[in-house]
Amino acid sequence: MTGVWLHHLPVVPIITPLLAGALTLLLRDAQRPLRVSLVLTSVLVQVATAGALLYLTTDAMPDMWTEGVGVYALGGWPPPFGIILAVDRLAAMMLLLTSLVASAALVYSLANWDRVGPGFHSMFQFLLVGLNGAFLTADLFNLFVFFEVLLASSYGLLVHGSGPERVRSGLHYVAVNLSSSLLFLIGVAMIYGMTGTLNMADLPQRVAALAVRDRPLFEAGAALLGVAFLVKAGAWPLNFWLPTAYAAASAPVAAIFAVLTKVGVYAVLRVGTLLASADAATSFIDVGLFCGGMATVAGGVIGMLAGQQLSRLIAYAVVVSSGLLLAALGLQDRSLTAPLMFYLLSSVLGTGAFFMLNGMTERMRLTPVRTQAPDVEPLPDEAWRGFETREPPEPRSPDEEIGIAIPAAMAFLGLGFVSCVLLVAGLPPLSGFVAKFALLHEVVATSGGAPLSFERWGLVLAVLVAGLASVIGLSRVGLRLFWSVTGRTTPRLRLVEVGPVALLVGLSIALALGAGPVMTYLESAANSLHSPEVYIRVVQSLQTAVQGATPP
Amino acid sequence: MEVVFALAIGVLGGSGVWLLLRPRTFQVILGLALLSYAVNLFIFGMGRLVTDQPPLIRADDPVDFALYADPVPQALVLTAIVIGFATTALFLVMLLVLRGLTGTDHVDGREREE
Repeated sequence: MTGVWLHHLPVVPIITPLLAGALTLLLRDAQRPLRVSLVLTSVLVQVATAGALLYLTTDAMPDMWTEGVGVYALGGWPPPFGIILAVDRLAAMMLLLTSLVASAALVYSLANWDRVGPGFHSMFQFLLVGLNGAFLTADLFNLFVFFEVLLASSYGLLVHGSGPERVRSGLHYVAVNLSSSLLFLIGVAMIYGMTGTLNMADLPQRVAALAVRDRPLFEAGAALLGVAFLVKAGAWPLNFWLPTAYAAASAPVAAIFAVLTKVGVYAVLRVGTLLASADAATSFIDVGLFCGGMATVAGGVIGMLAGQQLSRLIAYAVVVSSGLLLAALGLQDRSLTAPLMFYLLSSVLGTGAFFMLNGMTERMRLTPVRTQAPDVEPLPDEAWRGFETREPPEPRSPDEEIGIAIPAAMAFLGLGFVSCVLLVAGLPPLSGFVAKFALLHEVVATSGGAPLSFERWGLVLAVLVAGLASVIGLSRVGLRLFWSVTGRTTPRLRLVEVGPVALLVGLSIALALGAGPVMTYLESAANSLHSPEVYIRVVQSLQTAVQGATPP
Repeated sequence: MEVVFALAIGVLGGSGVWLLLRPRTFQVILGLALLSYAVNLFIFGMGRLVTDQPPLIRADDPVDFALYADPVPQALVLTAIVIGFATTALFLVMLLVLRGLTGTDHVDGREREE
């Protein structure tokens, strides 16, 4: 019996938020406790499911899944015609990361952000549907659908809290992403037109069997697909919308958006490695990706050095981390994949925590500080109203939670700030350092004593310069935030705001402490990524299994 | 038919891109709509252009794939239309909100200084 239930586990991360989001839509605002408990249950179920999937991909139950890949045929339709969900180690890792960051952001939003506009919880859950689906699907068109689901909810979440700045950057965000979705569609259509399949596991063998005259069209399709992924990943020069949009988003939304760019990187990694197995020439993981990644790092570094607002700096840190990931991918060195994934984990935790911390430090600028720092934009009035700081406190409604004003708020903010800077810049003792060290070690070590190639030197330089720029940019803002005395007040922090930041920083500490086992897992994830035969074989074995099970 | 089809996609796509690059939000949304029409037609074309052929296999016919239109692109187009419609509606709302908040229909929320 348990086996039957466990078999359905891969679809749970999609169904749970879908149901929770739909039910939340039906509840009235007065039923807030019910709504909150519903969405909290949903994210907890997702964390548990992701943990279970991660456990299963370690081949802990060999009678169920072997070789770390699990597949699920939606509706029992066999591939390549039915839609398949596939869980491998990379997907399970991304699911767990998403659900953890999502729980932190959700709890953080309960302080007040979920009440400054309608429909926050539903949109948040639908965003998770899209994210989880994008990690799980093994079908190109479904990838598009889940991308659209997550983008559509992100459009709503970005303007959550309203205000001209949010709506203006939101408009740009929507326009850019709608155009990139159209590119995605053209790419998918061309790939289908040439190969006749949308199933990712089916694709490599079809590509290998492609006639020479069909080759250029297929490659054009794959290139368009790659461009669409890179827009999502925030690669230069397709990322000018990103810093403005992320800086304008409300704190919990920005925290979950930290995962969003990594979906693009995930898609490049997933589809790129599958295509590379058919024929390296058709894969978009090559020197071009390396150059794009380096340009992204350069753009992000310049942004970090020039930025004045903390939220913009963090957004540029997101850009830099995307750039480093893409550049390292572009080196086409398989031994780099595991440290790269470690860096992905660490940077998402760091930037996610940082965005939430920024939501609290913004409230330190209580008194108008335009005279002291005209370059710092104050919060929009809507946000202030949410925190009841500028206006006289309204009579509390019974469903509103009473915040616990924790003592030593400034101490926490300072400590949190330092931890986040350490994480983002990659300084010891947090996981950012371990990640960058592992990355640099592999870059230098795999050349085997021979002089480093030009590209490798470039990557080493990029990693170090990015770290230095983060330290310079962030410490400058930190000095102004914490050490300048004019116009600063100690904000009232609530436990629900402090907890999530502490959770994410704690996770990064755990990541640093448990770097050994995590790295072992990531190495096996990288191995299975670079030998997609297993993935392909498992998906295709489902074909025979399902066909065998259906009565004629 | 192929020439007409290709011209239609080209004209729709070209006007869409041009409108997308214009400074007014209304032009941008029309551009996005035209572009999505072009893309939908393109997906349709990727299933090869045929006439008088059903996309569903009839039970009484021998299974000869040359007699049928490819049903997958048609399903894809249907999905793409629905998604495109929803996202365009969302964009329209944001366009109106931006107009209300800033008092201008420029995509940057402010007129360019002359």
